[in-house]
Amino acid sequence: MDTLIISDKSYSSRLLVGTGKYKDFTQTREAIDASGAQIITIAVRRTNIGQSPDEPNLLDLLPPSQYTLLPNTAGCFTADDAVRTLHLARELLDGHNLVKLEVLGDLKTLYPNILETIKAAKILVKEGFHLMVYTSDDPIIAKQLEEIGCVAIMPLASLIGTGMGILNPWNLQIIINNAKVPVIVDAGVGTASDATIAMELGCDGVLMNTAIAAAENPVLMASAMRKAVEAGREAFLAGRMAKQPYNASPSSPKNNVIASNKNKAA
Amino acid sequence: MIQLIINGQLQHFDATLSVAQLLESMTLKNKRIAIERNGQIVPRSEFGEQTLVNGDQLEIVIAVGGG
Repeated sequence: MDTLIISDKSYSSRLLVGTGKYKDFTQTREAIDASGAQIITIAVRRTNIGQSPDEPNLLDLLPPSQYTLLPNTAGCFTADDAVRTLHLARELLDGHNLVKLEVLGDLKTLYPNILETIKAAKILVKEGFHLMVYTSDDPIIAKQLEEIGCVAIMPLASLIGTGMGILNPWNLQIIINNAKVPVIVDAGVGTASDATIAMELGCDGVLMNTAIAAAENPVLMASAMRKAVEAGREAFLAGRMAKQPYNASPSSPKNNVIASNKNKAA
Repeated sequence: MIQLIINGQLQHFDATLSVAQLLESMTLKNKRIAIERNGQIVPRSEFGEQTLVNGDQLEIVIAVGGG
């Protein structure tokens, strides 16, 4: 069976989804179910300190026994904040060490700050974390993050939350060809065809949040994404036909066509 | 009286208290949270024994939706 293996655990789904931006927890749950995703990202934030004691808890909605939860460092702009956030995440999830590292550069683009990402990655790998790392589509950086010991490389397709799709398939292809760990496109996917293209390139998975949560019908889009990732994966495994520019080739027999004499080839 | 900075907010308490007592006062007892005290994680097993002192800075976090 074709499975995605991350940190020695195998997954039948290659679609990873986030839990942000949904209307409520019910919709979050329905979308996750429809997506079939097994790896689910969560964020770590300050709690209210007694103001609203009955606030529902995301961890009750997503029991860690049922999903692989992937705490992220979204919102962190320095290596130090990312490291602290993941220490808290590990404590929150009882020693769970598979995490998503992202260190952002600025609020306008949310582009990764590579220097801080590498600094954090070195510290966290030494501490025993298994890092799935959000990065740019720079193939050299991707390789360096792998060499530091990250368990998955997650280049952006385009800026977080923009839905602009895969802007540089050429770089992604280099990253995929070079990598010995899973490559998962993270950020920028807007619709089903984007996810399929990523998988056809040979990505091992796709991680998305806004493309589903910000769709008019998130649950239906989650279902579409599930199929899109599966379709792209199967097409990749099947091996697409070679392109034959300007060299049309009929699929039906060329001979024995009923036709008047004037249509027959000379 | 002691002052603690909890999630960036200055809070006053009449007497010293343990982490567990603090959580109880904020109705966070038994909730799925994690705590950092002055930059160091406070393991759940130490909530009862760690006593907070004036000026401690605490971060108390939960899991929320994110991507």
